[in-house]
Amino acid sequence: MSGSTVSTTRPARATAPGGPAAAPGRLRRTALDAATSTTRVLLYYRHSPGLLAASLAVPVVMVVLFGYVFGSAMRVPGGGDYREFLMPGLFAMVAINGITPTMVGVARDVDRGATDRLRSMPLSRFGVLLGSALADLLIGVAVLVPLVGVGLAVGWRMRDGVADALAAFALLVLFRFVMTWVGTFLGLAAGSEQMAGQLAVLTFPPAMVTNVFVPTGGMPGWLRVIADWNPASAVVAACRQLFGNPTAPASAWPLQHPVVATLLWSGLLLAVFAPLAVRKYSTHGR
Amino acid sequence: MSQLSGDQLAVSAQGLGKSFGGTTALDGLDLAVPAGTVYGLLGPNGAGKTTAIRLLATLTAPDTGWARVAGFDVAREPERVRRSIGLAGQHAAVDEGITGRENLTLVGRFHHLGAREARRRADELLERFGLAAAGDRLVRGYSGGMRRRLDLVACLVTRPPVLFLDEPTTGLDPRSRGEIWDAVRELTAGGSTVLLTTQYLEEADRLADTVMVLDHGRAIADGPPGRLKAAIGTRVQVVVDDAGQLPAAAGVLAAVTGGEPVSDRDRRQVEALSLPGREVLLPALVRALDAAGVAARDVALRTPSLDDVFLALTAERQAA
Ligand SMILES: Nc1ncnc2c1ncn2[C@@H]1O[C@H](COP(=O)(O)OP(=O)(O)OP(=O)(O)O)[C@@H](O)[C@H]1O
Ligand SMILES: [Mg+2]
Repeated sequence: MSGSTVSTTRPARATAPGGPAAAPGRLRRTALDAATSTTRVLLYYRHSPGLLAASLAVPVVMVVLFGYVFGSAMRVPGGGDYREFLMPGLFAMVAINGITPTMVGVARDVDRGATDRLRSMPLSRFGVLLGSALADLLIGVAVLVPLVGVGLAVGWRMRDGVADALAAFALLVLFRFVMTWVGTFLGLAAGSEQMAGQLAVLTFPPAMVTNVFVPTGGMPGWLRVIADWNPASAVVAACRQLFGNPTAPASAWPLQHPVVATLLWSGLLLAVFAPLAVRKYSTHGR
Repeated sequence: MSQLSGDQLAVSAQGLGKSFGGTTALDGLDLAVPAGTVYGLLGPNGAGKTTAIRLLATLTAPDTGWARVAGFDVAREPERVRRSIGLAGQHAAVDEGITGRENLTLVGRFHHLGAREARRRADELLERFGLAAAGDRLVRGYSGGMRRRLDLVACLVTRPPVLFLDEPTTGLDPRSRGEIWDAVRELTAGGSTVLLTTQYLEEADRLADTVMVLDHGRAIADGPPGRLKAAIGTRVQVVVDDAGQLPAAAGVLAAVTGGEPVSDRDRRQVEALSLPGREVLLPALVRALDAAGVAARDVALRTPSLDDVFLALTAERQAA
């Protein structure tokens, strides 16, 4: 039998496909796709409220474990209540821990073909990723709110006024947004849900080598440099400063200018990971 | 719904090639799929079926060659291609954690239908494909067949003129398979062009107007499925009670099929492939066995399987 033959018939041009008559403009399309993508993630959480509870459980356990068990033996250098020192760290921890569900979710979409389906549709790829990043951000806020309540219950206070407190929360939300892009990229790079799940464990050490639980001052030299320059440490230090909570003295530049450092780190990480994620998403499997 | 008129090509490709590292997944594929027809890509694991679909659906860029879908070049006008296609990948890409209705509504929203229109379309499709009752349940609780159907339905939301279905029935029971077949037929009745892949000759036979057999990324045959099967013949098997009767049974098979019977003493079975174009009918075969005094325990006629197609085609190529 012969191989295939190619007909000489001219390829046909389709007129506008069914459904939407005109393609919306680029910006509007990005916004629409982002909104749909946000809805998609939020629907997940609506059907599985346990996911939210699980995200909240970790920091609450930390409050008990560190605030009361270890905390009873902790002295904050420079003075102050350990639980007040701890809470801003746990707020930032929520943002860092958010990487894992993002990573695993993105990798699962790749695994199950959802990514292929989305990529075969005429939509803005940046919009899709932006939408799920925004959804993750909302989830982060939904976890943060009850955790703030827990903090207030164990004696943590916002001591420097509403404006500073709002600024601190804004930084936390920004950091969560940044972490989502990091998670998205890592999830796409992992390529499979299983791999992503295993990589997620690796986010643990970077989250621990920070000033979240203990001041960096007591760490051995090399570890302290890492902790001082860890973006998460800048966020935590900024929150401690803005909430008027105890801050252990530190000499490293990011910890002396934590707000500026947080903004710089966030800008840098976003500038690196957002384009990387979009690129990886667009060229997946090429 | 926009459609391509009958004498035009909905999908065309020439010299399409793709390698992954050292593996050549697709090796110079030519395609010509007339609008409004069902085209079946048939091949075993690793033949390159999924790669072909992914290239046509703009998910992967070809190393060589070109392809046009609905009149648009996949490399230069991917956005317009995406506006003209629906894709149901090899694994049902439905979201498990949300309901069937939400899945479809989201697809509508991603295609920029208004909220109300997206919901209306989801309702309509759920109704039409027998998923209305399950529409508000989480997909996690769906059977494999329902999932597959939902996945198929998800690419119909915008009534695209060209549909790519990658192994739409693999892993389904016969009933679910029949339902998918019905759905595909309904689509083409509406004027859509369907390019599907399958590992089952029977499926290609039932659905496709034209079949291409792929092996190692190359087309080894193409044409209407009937012609492929006719070119191969029917496999006939006879099992006897007494191994001593095998020669007699083989004689009958040789006469009836025109082929060369192969005997298996352990299984007390003799088997032959009929010559292409020769019709073998069960009653005639049974009468001939009876006349020869063969006590047949089991007689089976089998339409050629994909394996038979491959064996025949590769034998033919070696002979050539
Ligand atoms: N992303 C990839 N990376 C590396 N190799 C790949 C990739 N995709 C496909 N291949 C290889 O290309 C060849 C063709 O694969 P393809 O998935 O197209 O086959 P298929 O006909 O769809 O098979 P199946 O019936 O198993 O789905 C295989 O050898 C496969 O291993
Ligand atoms: Mg495949």
